[in-house]
Amino acid sequence: MNAVRPHFPALLVVLPLLGAVLAAFLRRGGPAFALALIVSWILPFVAGTLLWQVLATGPISYHLGGWEPPWGIEYRVDVLNGFVLVLVAAVGAVTMPVARRSIVLEIAEERLAWFYCMYLLCLAGLLGITVTGDAFNAFVFLEISSLASYVLIALGRDRRALVAAFQYLIMGTIGATFYVIGVGLLYLLTGSLNMVDIATRLGAAAPTQMPAIVAALGFITVGISLKLALFPLHAWLPNAYTYAPSWVTAFLSATATKVAIYLLIRYYFSVFGVTIDLPALPITEIIIALSVAAMFVASFIAVFETNLKRMLAFSSVAQIGYITLGIGLADQAGLTGGLVHIVNHALMKAALFLAVGAIFYRACPAQIKDLAGIGRKMPLTMAAFTIAGLGLVGTPGTSGFISKWYLALGALDKGWWVLVFLIVGSSLIALVYVGRVLEVAWLREPSAAIAHASDPPLSMLLPMMVLAAATIYFGIDTEWTAGVASTAAKALLEGLR
Amino acid sequence: MRALTTFFDHYDYVVTIFLMMTGLYIVVARGNMVKKLVGLSIFQTSVYLLYIEPGKIIGGTAPIIDPAFTVYSNPLPHVLILTAIVVGVATLALGLAIVVRINEAYGTVEEDEILERDREA
Repeated sequence: MNAVRPHFPALLVVLPLLGAVLAAFLRRGGPAFALALIVSWILPFVAGTLLWQVLATGPISYHLGGWEPPWGIEYRVDVLNGFVLVLVAAVGAVTMPVARRSIVLEIAEERLAWFYCMYLLCLAGLLGITVTGDAFNAFVFLEISSLASYVLIALGRDRRALVAAFQYLIMGTIGATFYVIGVGLLYLLTGSLNMVDIATRLGAAAPTQMPAIVAALGFITVGISLKLALFPLHAWLPNAYTYAPSWVTAFLSATATKVAIYLLIRYYFSVFGVTIDLPALPITEIIIALSVAAMFVASFIAVFETNLKRMLAFSSVAQIGYITLGIGLADQAGLTGGLVHIVNHALMKAALFLAVGAIFYRACPAQIKDLAGIGRKMPLTMAAFTIAGLGLVGTPGTSGFISKWYLALGALDKGWWVLVFLIVGSSLIALVYVGRVLEVAWLREPSAAIAHASDPPLSMLLPMMVLAAATIYFGIDTEWTAGVASTAAKALLEGLR
Repeated sequence: MRALTTFFDHYDYVVTIFLMMTGLYIVVARGNMVKKLVGLSIFQTSVYLLYIEPGKIIGGTAPIIDPAFTVYSNPLPHVLILTAIVVGVATLALGLAIVVRINEAYGTVEEDEILERDREA
């Protein structure tokens, strides 16, 4: 154990990567599932140990292949990405047991091993983006995770899944290419690809090369925003989430966009913010405006959406708005709110999409109106759905309330009363779209279509109960969410100029 | 005159940006999915140029320390772009594979016809 211990940062990538290759060789669904499950269950311990170590002793720098940074690739774990690493690994571990039963309905037997292979590749990419301290390495991992997720989405039963995957591929590749143009400009300016090194060298370049720095910032912002589905760039998300296999939607909604958000935070606060006075550029105003637009426009669309998965997808766009709002506020409370909402939203959305997957598994309706009375047939599933749904609204007692509380505090610290009202107002719209489903599910008489529905098997039920319980638990005890997020936010803001 | 010299001094960048915009325009303007992928490829390729051009210094040699040479070219961009080329090829291959599947499912690769067929179904 002691021999492996220093290599934990690399293990986060190496384990799923090797697992993916092995899964492809196994060829059969059963063994591949066992392998994916083992890998998914080891990773949270690795990530958790790293976060614990970082909280105790400060950032860890791991030199890949023994090459010193800035020449070699550096894996750097601090509180912020330790936090995100634990989230991604935990979501993988909690949702994986669902996959076995959920996915056989949607994917042919002979393709199952490939599905687990793609999942592990996607996980390797996501963890890689988070753990790496190298700008170009992050691009490579971004593409690994994206290519794997295009395949995962294309596996959906409906032929529209193919079109959704194609659209995502086009948008995602444009995003990644924008990102790599931005990194290229940074490389031209500084001659370095190590993020910490870029940050220090940008200072020397800043007085004379400001236009190039702003161009790099613009390209990187647009590129990553495409990946994280910031409001006007979210066009790929609703279709991809709607037509992907239900388990894939649950996993991707909780991890892929969150990791992209992490990358944006990393660039703003640890690379550009260190030497450039970001508030002097109109970038924070733009982000806040787009976030508020996302919170309202996407929520309104969700209210009028008839397909359950699509409604939740638009809700994701709106909730991403809250997180980016925290980035835009860039003060202690606001940033804490944004960071804590990364975790809270991931857990809630995973629970909601798993519940949708369970409904699909037992009864198969896709439209909200077909759900009439489903709460009486699948009480535990809908209980989890209800708790997570109330979390989306931000009801006190759920984790969603904690996020919005910090965001509102952040807005108040700046004296922006209007923003506080906007946060509350958009939550009320969320109440409408969540309430609409709850009303149909609990208060109406069961229809004939779902007469034989019942709660799904334990392997599907337990993960969603765990996630729903976490939504309540993190609404009461915030030490491990808001506490860690606040430490991370403090470290980020101290790094700013 | 000065503008003209700047233009010709940086003609390689002009070509790069022309290719970049061409590729992006094709992606946005064309409804045919194969053409979209061609545009995407051109867009990505232009970025390869963006990286490689500054790596070469006229008169520079390979970066091997030798008292006879003082000007070295930077080989790192080439290495980075080798990786990017692999990523680009993988993306193109996956994109084309999805287009083949779309063609099997819909009988067309035109975006507007696909939307129409989904509306009919």
